[in-house]
Amino acid sequence: MTEAGYNFGYLDENTKRMIRRALLQAVALPGYQVPFGSREMPLPYGWGTGGIQVTASIIGADDTLKVIDQGADDTTNAVSIRRFFNRVTGVATTDRTAEATIIQTRHRVPEMTLREGQVLVYQVPMPEPLFRLEPRVAETKRMHALADYGLMHVKLYEDIARHGAVTTSYNYPVLVNRRYLMSPSPIPAFDNPKLDRMPALQLFGAGREKRIYAVPPYTEVKSLDFEDHPFKPARADAACVICGSRASYLDELIVDDGGKRHFVCSDTDYCASRPPLQEAAE
Amino acid sequence: MSALMRASGLQLHFGKVAALDDVALEIHPGEVVAIVGESGSGKTTLLRVLAGMMAPQQGRVLYDGQDVHAMGEAARRGLMRSDWGFVHQNPRDGLRLRVSAGGNVGERLMAAGARHYGNIRAEATEWLKRVEIDPARIDDMPQTFSGGMQQRLQIARTLVTRPRLVFMDEPTGGLDVSVQARLLDLIRALVAELGLAVLIVTHDIAAARLLAHRMLVMRHGQVVEQGLTDRVLDDPQHPYTQLLVSSVLAA
Repeated sequence: MTEAGYNFGYLDENTKRMIRRALLQAVALPGYQVPFGSREMPLPYGWGTGGIQVTASIIGADDTLKVIDQGADDTTNAVSIRRFFNRVTGVATTDRTAEATIIQTRHRVPEMTLREGQVLVYQVPMPEPLFRLEPRVAETKRMHALADYGLMHVKLYEDIARHGAVTTSYNYPVLVNRRYLMSPSPIPAFDNPKLDRMPALQLFGAGREKRIYAVPPYTEVKSLDFEDHPFKPARADAACVICGSRASYLDELIVDDGGKRHFVCSDTDYCASRPPLQEAAE
Repeated sequence: MSALMRASGLQLHFGKVAALDDVALEIHPGEVVAIVGESGSGKTTLLRVLAGMMAPQQGRVLYDGQDVHAMGEAARRGLMRSDWGFVHQNPRDGLRLRVSAGGNVGERLMAAGARHYGNIRAEATEWLKRVEIDPARIDDMPQTFSGGMQQRLQIARTLVTRPRLVFMDEPTGGLDVSVQARLLDLIRALVAELGLAVLIVTHDIAAARLLAHRMLVMRHGQVVEQGLTDRVLDDPQHPYTQLLVSSVLAA
């Protein structure tokens, strides 16, 4: 079943141990970016090398793995990572959020509320929330160490001054456990409230930038805002054409040359688990 | 009245060059002290050492009884954000050029914990008015401002949190004389109104006479003469001060 010649989970045991040590430190310091010795993986940076290394380090033979890319189980990135782990570990894979013990995700949090014992692994392209504002890495580290985050609010101020509202709609910065400023990875701001006091463990891996960070279960995660401009998660004002949901996060599809638009649930498992529209009461 | 800042025995050598040679200094609340001297006399180095940006090889700087160089970086940054202000010679060093004027003024407020957009904006508008910048330009980038406006914006941004002690490094350098005069007027009014203590480094003797209560003359890293501004300028004792005063051009 598993590919011959590879260690369980592709990475060698010493590497896994190194990553687990980084993970332990990350869990102990919620939101703090722990450097780790990121390895070359058999796929390019930007395809989830950080998330894969985290998953490979925590996965066990009795785990059930789900992989999503923008909420979908059937896109290239999700399919290839799921097949990869199936070949190098032989663990069971699933599309069902409820059945998974480990969910590796790119740019979404499942709609279903996660439970204790589940682990959500995020693929992170850029772990540093301040990098567009402060180009010097040494300076951003100092800002984290001293919790000197006024600059992030300057960015939000600029958004409101220029556009009347905070225009950041994904990768919306959060403050974890009232201490560290954290990039939630490019999930839509719509998903940010789900991170707050989530019963599941959340692990974040950035392969190219060689950083791991984590949010332990039931930890406060607050999206930055102003008192008079509170954080508002954005959602397209429409219903899913397949299941009719008005609560889930939607993808916009252009379906013909006339620019006709459809909205469908981004979370394919959530959508499939609901009765199709003809029978739905909504 | 006890001193706000007290420095003593400051020594700092760059190789063989003495940038600071046994310098001592006191600043009292509400007092404006000018440091004058030619280029390379150690004026700016002294300012940087006093502001904790550079450590001296010997000597101590006490602010409110605390040793500036012994406190942690967090505490020093805290001071820099709240009690202190630093006005750079080149406004580009002190401003964020890709952030609007309002954002520049608001940054210190937000760093100090202000989280109400409306209040921050109102405060920024108020400060733009005080430094004679049209509040309608609150959302414009500092890049579109003239040199004098940029310098005034930098002053607004520094004073918005009402610091107790402001360091100014040649604030009028690089500005033409009419703009300089307006800026000096503005600084003088704000300093009196807010009761600031100011340490101003300048090679412009006229600016020093206009602003400063007290004056220190530096040469080769040493303070060669100090005293009340009018006394130093009208009755210079040290040969170097005499030279300096006699070198001022009268229009």
